[in-house]
Amino acid sequence: MWQWLTQQYHRMSSPKWFYELTGRWVPWLVAMVVISAVVGLTLGLLFAPADYQQGDSFRIIYIHVPAALLAQSAYLMMAISGAVFLIWRMKMAAWVAKVIAPVGASFCLIALLTGAIWGKPTWGTWWVWDARLTSMLLLLFLYFGVMAIQQAMESEDAGHKAAAILALVGVVNIPIIKYSVEWWNTLHQPATLTLTEKPSMHPDMLWPLLIMIVSTYLFFALLVILRTRNEILWHERKRQWVKKLLES
Amino acid sequence: MSLVVATIRRDLLLAARNPGEWANPLMFFLMVATLFPLAVDPDPKFLSRIAGGVIWVAALLATLLSLDALFRADVEDGSLEQWLASGESLYALALGKALVHWCISGLPLTLMSPLLGVMLHLPNDALLPLLLSLAVGTPVLSLLGTVGAALTASLRSGGLLLTLLILPLYVPVLIFAASAVYQAGIGMTYHGQIAMLGAMLALAMALAPFAAAAALKLNLSR
Amino acid sequence: MEFASLSEFIAMGKHGLYVWLSYGLTALIVAINVALPLLRRRRLMKEQAQRLRREKRHASTT
Repeated sequence: MWQWLTQQYHRMSSPKWFYELTGRWVPWLVAMVVISAVVGLTLGLLFAPADYQQGDSFRIIYIHVPAALLAQSAYLMMAISGAVFLIWRMKMAAWVAKVIAPVGASFCLIALLTGAIWGKPTWGTWWVWDARLTSMLLLLFLYFGVMAIQQAMESEDAGHKAAAILALVGVVNIPIIKYSVEWWNTLHQPATLTLTEKPSMHPDMLWPLLIMIVSTYLFFALLVILRTRNEILWHERKRQWVKKLLES
Repeated sequence: MSLVVATIRRDLLLAARNPGEWANPLMFFLMVATLFPLAVDPDPKFLSRIAGGVIWVAALLATLLSLDALFRADVEDGSLEQWLASGESLYALALGKALVHWCISGLPLTLMSPLLGVMLHLPNDALLPLLLSLAVGTPVLSLLGTVGAALTASLRSGGLLLTLLILPLYVPVLIFAASAVYQAGIGMTYHGQIAMLGAMLALAMALAPFAAAAALKLNLSR
Repeated sequence: MEFASLSEFIAMGKHGLYVWLSYGLTALIVAINVALPLLRRRRLMKEQAQRLRREKRHASTT
């Protein structure tokens, strides 16, 4: 068992193995993303009953909540990847961390924009300085910081390391986001989904949300894989196996 | 250990001989706080509500000002390479630098804050909490600041980037500190917020020097 | 279905602007995120092919 694990670990750090494996996965991922998104959005936009208080504007939830969840977990994955790079000097981990940043930032932006837009019919203002929205804005700044320091460093390796260090330092912010709703009395609704409590949503409203969350995470995986494959193509361009790729 | 102590002594001596290093951020602190009544409204009732927040934001900005040059001189004159070659604990060195920075920046700010409190009509009840929040909070700012300063030490225009990197990390400190001062001003308890600041200080003291040490190593010229 | 007609669907009970603005912005950001890696891949492959051709030419002349 242990041998198998170490074998997998060594495999994962090989760009060639990653490239070949993910090459097989990409079409399946695309199919799964499209299907789950179509199903989720159809159910959410057409079949879920309108919310008693918010009316049809609540349907924004099917984008906002998955994006917000992903923005937070993506940052964590970026930090973990960075840590793997710092500790074990695995090139692949550095590339994965680098690649996650703009994707995570995009979803963070989506969450912020949809959250703000959703706020207007719900609370009457385009922006509210409550803990949750503000923390998400801070998360966006953290993403920008990681991308900025990576770009600014002179050598690429120093850039990876600096970004990893900064991401790890920023990870402390994530728990503060998660528990900020408990700490402060704010306008923002309490989290609609918790692992331990029964969700407060009607099942017809909940299922599309769960499907959209899965779809979003799958989409994230697809984007990270696509971008990492590009990093591999660039960094390994002098290798035989990359040269052979073009001839086939 | 002796290298750390020697570095701390040297830096403090340099700061003492170069008054601009600690006096300029202090003046900046005072001036920024002065801007608000000028820009908005000198009415005591209005100022007393925003005083805590304004003072804290001013303290934050003043701290950021003084962080930029923290490691740059050491990178440029080769001291950093000497540290790394010496084999002494970089963690201790980073902690020492944070301490020096606090002595030059956070401590003077804390001591001057009651003056600003009076100028901005901070409620009397909030003066002690203001001091407390700054005394506990500014070391956190210095500690987190060393990480940013270490990351940007060898970058040419690192100063602005440093600000962008560190400000989001400062926000939790700002939130709890300003909340403590405001709550105290309206007569409510504020000990929870100060306790949170204490927890952040403990966490920062334990972890920030590791990150700073790792970041310092990046500044070695190839 | 919750909506009796297409116009009702678009109206989203008076909240149409907000709902479609959100979905629209999201679609835009998603599209950019899909396009960028695909475009980069195409560029990388093209550059790689150019490089290989140059190397072959160089090898055959030396």
